[in-house]
Amino acid sequence: MTETDETNIKIQVRGLSKVFGSQPKKALELRNQGKKRPEILEKTGQTLGLSNIDFDVREGELLVIMGLSGSGKSTLIRCLNRLIEPTEGDIVIDGQNIPKLSEKELLECRRRHFSMVFQNFALFPHKTVQENAEYGLEVRGVEKNSRVESARNSLKQVGLDGWEDAYPSQLSGGMQQRVGLARALANDSTVMLMDEAFSALDPLIRKDMQQELIELQHRMKKTTIFITHDLDEAISIGDRIILLKDGEIVQSGTPEEILTRPADDYVARFVEGVDMSRIFTANSAMRPVRATARDSDGPRTVLRKMSDNGLDSIYVIGRDRTLMGIVNVDEVDAAAKAGKETISELIQNDFPKAGPDEPMNNLFAMFNDKSYPIAIVDDNQRLLGVVVKGAVLEKLAEAGEH
Amino acid sequence: MAIDIPRIPLGDAIEGSLDFLTSHYSNVTRGISSVTQTGISALNDALMWLPEWALMAIIAVICWRVASLRLGIGAVLGLSLIWNLGLWNPMIETLTLVVIATVVAVVIAMPFGVFAAISDRFYSVIMPVLDFMQTMPAFVYLIPAIPFFGIGSVSAIFATVIFSMPPAIRFTTLGIRQVPNDLIEAADAFGATRTQKLIKIQFPLSLPTIMAGINQTIMLALSMVVIAAMIGADGLGSEVWRAIQRLRPGDGFEAGIAVVILAMLLDRITQALRKPKKKAS
Repeated sequence: MTETDETNIKIQVRGLSKVFGSQPKKALELRNQGKKRPEILEKTGQTLGLSNIDFDVREGELLVIMGLSGSGKSTLIRCLNRLIEPTEGDIVIDGQNIPKLSEKELLECRRRHFSMVFQNFALFPHKTVQENAEYGLEVRGVEKNSRVESARNSLKQVGLDGWEDAYPSQLSGGMQQRVGLARALANDSTVMLMDEAFSALDPLIRKDMQQELIELQHRMKKTTIFITHDLDEAISIGDRIILLKDGEIVQSGTPEEILTRPADDYVARFVEGVDMSRIFTANSAMRPVRATARDSDGPRTVLRKMSDNGLDSIYVIGRDRTLMGIVNVDEVDAAAKAGKETISELIQNDFPKAGPDEPMNNLFAMFNDKSYPIAIVDDNQRLLGVVVKGAVLEKLAEAGEH
Repeated sequence: MAIDIPRIPLGDAIEGSLDFLTSHYSNVTRGISSVTQTGISALNDALMWLPEWALMAIIAVICWRVASLRLGIGAVLGLSLIWNLGLWNPMIETLTLVVIATVVAVVIAMPFGVFAAISDRFYSVIMPVLDFMQTMPAFVYLIPAIPFFGIGSVSAIFATVIFSMPPAIRFTTLGIRQVPNDLIEAADAFGATRTQKLIKIQFPLSLPTIMAGINQTIMLALSMVVIAAMIGADGLGSEVWRAIQRLRPGDGFEAGIAVVILAMLLDRITQALRKPKKKAS
């Protein structure tokens, strides 16, 4: 982590441990002597739920905490808002150390900072969709008119307008979880906690919800902590992933880091079976463009650039590096012989183009018979680099070895 | 050789403390007595003031609205039979006692039930007390009621409240404890206070269970009010009591059937209230 990131940290977790049982001190002593969870359980009857957890949550990121059942991930997320009391450690959010807060301060902190989405939705069956979405605001004592308004808005965000007066039991699972999401969004807390939020949904709906969450998250830049036991889910939605095992962090990093450099066998076993070509993006195979032509260049200049770099075709960019098209060596040559002044008439548009986040498996299908490299452009159509066929194959082969 | 173990003077002790209560708190008991008597008379007079057919119509409409048309028709038939047998006034007296006893019992039971749901320690204290209240033969309550409140309807209410309160407490506790944990967790996660949880989540969600408890309370109250005829409570019970003393089984059964009809109406109405209203879907 670089220095500049420090300022954007939303939550700082340091030395967080949780012991389930009546003699937590004993268990922590053994832990400090290097004993592991099963041994501690055998000796003291205490379960070491979490041990010495350190991590940061950055402002606006979607952080996934991943682990199998019993890894402590649900305990961890509940320690953050003290639905479970941590045994030791610090959780600092905006300068407040959560474990040290009084009962009253804690309520205030939960209302301001945290909203939560639950695995089994946990919607209130006696309240309508609208009333459910209003719940967080109602608890805070927000005045009726404005809370109706915010709840409406967030229901619209999740695509539930028109369902305000329905009861949760009248909705499908996917729709119920949208209500759960709307309830969390309406609250306008600074952090959203999602506890296996999509695990109870069937696979197709789950994919949709993941996609929508990513979009929502990008749009609203809401700091989100997402718990899951599913690596595919973690990879497809997470900006960063923290992997938990037996109450300890095994590895943390971007999805790509975890996939390409698993910290140990445990992670490696997880990673097996993930379709690598879906994980790698155009970014990882992209190369800088060796040469580009300007639309104002004459044919001879362009020919020179091409022969210097051994190219058969060259991308043409405008003044602000926006991509305009591609020209072929044969046509430029012909234009030069015909004595044309510029290449602007020769620019073609039938070239493959993708964003830097395009998954690798999609790229492969984009190469056409002309074998133009794929142009990678940003949102403003500026040329970032190119991907050639060889690089894709190389990357996929590399991935296959892991 | 018999070992001479002295008999524990349990009865004497209880009597002593009851005497103490009656002599030192006679102001209190007299106050309660007059307030209760006023309540009983007012409600009784109001129900008597209505012509039979009007009250019958009101009850029938209530039955129809909360339950079904069938129950409405049943109510008309049943109440007509009571009227025809000349048991209308005793029936009203019994109904009055049941209503007042139930209201008092529920008002006392609610806070106890809620507190027992929240506090495990209070729960473990109150449960044996409730067992005691329910299993102690009902007649026993009648005896101390007399020195407290004298012969008549107030004593009947006192004994009935004690006898019929336990299910209201139990079901309130059960209902609140039964609210799914994940809903409580959700309320906590959004920063709800204990009161907010209770009023907005736990109470509405346990309402069907609480209503089941109230239903039980009403049924117990009805049976106790009938028994309370032994200490001079008015109503259908005293009709039965008189029939026993005069050995007239016919009269006894007539009054008994009136009790059954009243019980069924009260039961069906409160049962119907238990079910959540059907929402338009």
